[in-house]
Amino acid sequence: MTIVNMVVMIVYHIISVFIAFVLIWSIIKTKDVQEAILYCIILMPFILRVLHIK
Amino acid sequence: MSYKWLWTIKIVALCAAGVAMVLAGRDFYEHRHFKEPVVLGPGVTKVRKLSKYFSPLKGTTNDCNIYILDSGKPGSTIMVIGGTHPEEPGANLAAEILVENAKVDRGRLIVAIRANRSASTVTRPGDAYPRFYHISTDWGIKKFRMGDRWSNSLDSWPDPEVYVNYPSGQMLAYMDIRNLNRTWPGKSNGTITEQTCYAFIQLIKQEQVDVFIDLHEAELEYPVISTIVANQNAEEVAAMVSMTLTAAEFKRPIGMEFSPKTLHGLSHREVGDFTDALSLLCEAPEPFLDRVRGITDEHLLLTGKDPFVMEAGKHGLLYEKIDENGWPIDVRVGRHCSTILEIAKVWSDMHPDQVAAIGNVPRYAEVIENRVGHYFHNPADVPADQVIYE
Repeated sequence: MTIVNMVVMIVYHIISVFIAFVLIWSIIKTKDVQEAILYCIILMPFILRVLHIK
Repeated sequence: MSYKWLWTIKIVALCAAGVAMVLAGRDFYEHRHFKEPVVLGPGVTKVRKLSKYFSPLKGTTNDCNIYILDSGKPGSTIMVIGGTHPEEPGANLAAEILVENAKVDRGRLIVAIRANRSASTVTRPGDAYPRFYHISTDWGIKKFRMGDRWSNSLDSWPDPEVYVNYPSGQMLAYMDIRNLNRTWPGKSNGTITEQTCYAFIQLIKQEQVDVFIDLHEAELEYPVISTIVANQNAEEVAAMVSMTLTAAEFKRPIGMEFSPKTLHGLSHREVGDFTDALSLLCEAPEPFLDRVRGITDEHLLLTGKDPFVMEAGKHGLLYEKIDENGWPIDVRVGRHCSTILEIAKVWSDMHPDQVAAIGNVPRYAEVIENRVGHYFHNPADVPADQVIYE
């Protein structure tokens, strides 16, 4: 159980890093201001999770 | 929009998000890493870590301090834990009063102030809990972490679809795998909360604890309130304590209830069943936890005054009375202090060859008169080795 939990936790963090990267990439690529601002807001919880703060 | 303007707005938005992340992250980090100083009282003879009884907990968030107050004279061992649910401050404050003040004349007293440290490093998402609360003392303000009912997801994640208690096999709500009072008697290879209960069971066995007391607070909408819940091995003690305190000391009665034999995972059931210790759980009223409460802030937490909870009481929706005086923290801590002392006294009266004599701990009326903060000592006034951090 503990090992399974740990594996899921690690996979979850890898996914969080990936999504954070995709969001940053989308901010760079988009030509829509509204989308850029939206991606910035979405980015916040992913960064806090990756850093193990919240 | 020009290319230049687009990039200007993107950079500004990223900077604003960065500032918001830093501000929020700083608050979360401060709460998770804040250390509460505890001044070792005259009775403390040893401070151990919980991992001494179960090494896999070493270095984890839940490797809490275990305070041992040993008289050096034969007698019983009484164990008290606070902070099972850190959103119930009356419990850890009463436990800390024991550590900073108690003198044991016969037998031993073992105390854990923050039994589930992990749950004290997070508050309930979406419920607007304050991160900290402050108690006025004779020397200044003492700051405490406000916590949650469940361990921090940073320490235990993911939750299962359904939590199955070990070894009973009873199915419980998914998040209760992080609830220290649903994971007894623990599991050596389980989650951090299950391992913490397992460690406490090892402690109780190795230290030959005679009486185990788990301190709590509850919402007034909850039927198990202002009471002592007792395993069948502690029924006589609980009944006598309930009668004595109600008749002679408390303004509002304290009841006594039997621990249901088929409700598993709770300390009053499993500690009594899996060890030789008598197992009791004490509940004091905490209006802050009521779902019908109004503004959720430190004032409500410490005064227990809330017009919405009072209104619910007028409609007969509560299991405990509340008036304009509320349920202040001094009353709640005072009830816990007297209950602990009375349990030790009744147990000693019933076992004259195994007396546990605990002194220098304030009773109900004294806590109310002097306020809780009076019993906390200034860490700056004592040598550094007399201060331990929770």
